[in-house]
This record gives sequence, structure tokens and C-alpha cells, in this order.
Amino acid sequence: MSDNPVFDRIRQEVESNDVVLFMKGTPVFPQCGFSNAVVQVLTYLGVPFKGVNVLEDGEIREGIKQFSDWPTIPQLYVKGEFVGGCDIVREMFEQGELREFLAQKGIETEAA
Amino acid sequence: MAMSAADIERLIRQALPDAKIDIRDLAGDGDHYAANVVSASFKGKTRVQQHQMVYNALKGGMGTELHALALQTSAPED
Repeated sequence: MSDNPVFDRIRQEVESNDVVLFMKGTPVFPQCGFSNAVVQVLTYLGVPFKGVNVLEDGEIREGIKQFSDWPTIPQLYVKGEFVGGCDIVREMFEQGELREFLAQKGIETEAA
Repeated sequence: MAMSAADIERLIRQALPDAKIDIRDLAGDGDHYAANVVSASFKGKTRVQQHQMVYNALKGGMGTELHALALQTSAPED
């Protein structure tokens, strides 16, 4: 990976938090429907996560897209691994894969 | 700036000639679409990789000219 200085900051976030959601707004006040959809899924599953508000940090907002080679926000990371954006998280959730994926990563979810 | 459904389909087809592409305009503003893309090139690829293939086909349009593309991808059933 190129030595984009913001990559270190991103790496630090995703390596020091089990679940990180790069989003527009905050978990309490999401400012985009897609970000909100992922917040709802994580909240429903009872999964604690760190929200990183890209609207407050232009460098991370652009840097994260190069870091993951993914052009949009939100972006969900679990144990340092890029899981996907809103579509993929929602599809995994609807097909029951997300709970299983999280369990494999050692992340507990609340019973349905 | 916005993209038309035809632009999106043409760009995806250029990259994935065999693809079956179904595009729905969600808001009529040229900025919010849903697309279902089925292509044999997705076989064996993760969802992230499949979506990245579609985003790359849009040549940087995703997230710039095109604000939202609710994407579903799959390989054809054998």
C-alpha cells in the first residue's frame, strides 16, 4: 500500500477497534440513509462499534476510499478486515450471514 | 452531473460483456439507482470483489457523478 499518511491513522482505527464503521454522521445522529442502515443492523445485533464520522475529517473521507479500494461511504471493518458498504452488510444480514461472520470473528451478537 | 441508466448499463457491459443487467431508477434524478448484475465473471469472487468489478467498470463515476447505486451481484446458477 502506498505511504498515504492517512493510511496509518486508518490502520490505527481498524486495528484498535473490533468493529469500526466509517460513516457520515455519528451512531447517534447518522446523516445519511446508507450509514443509518448499517447503524441499525449493528444496533439490532447488539454489536458495539466505533463510528468514525468522515464528515468531520476530509482526509479520512477520501483516504478510506483508497485504503479499501471502495468508492463510497459507509464502510464497515471487522477485526481490521473490510466487510463492505451498505448493500453488502444489508445482504449479509438478510441472509443470516452477518451474525455467523461476526461469530467466526469472535464477536458476540444478541440473540434474535 | 448525473449518469443515465443507459450510461451505467453501457459501462458495465463494456467490462462484463456477458452480464445480465437490470437497472432501476430509484429517484428519477440520475443519481440514485438500483442495479442487479449477473455475470459468470463473478464466479468464485467475494461480494466485495464483485461489487469492486462493477465500480471499476463505472470508471470513477461511482461516488462522484453517481451518488447511490444499490448493487446486487451474482454469478449465474450452473
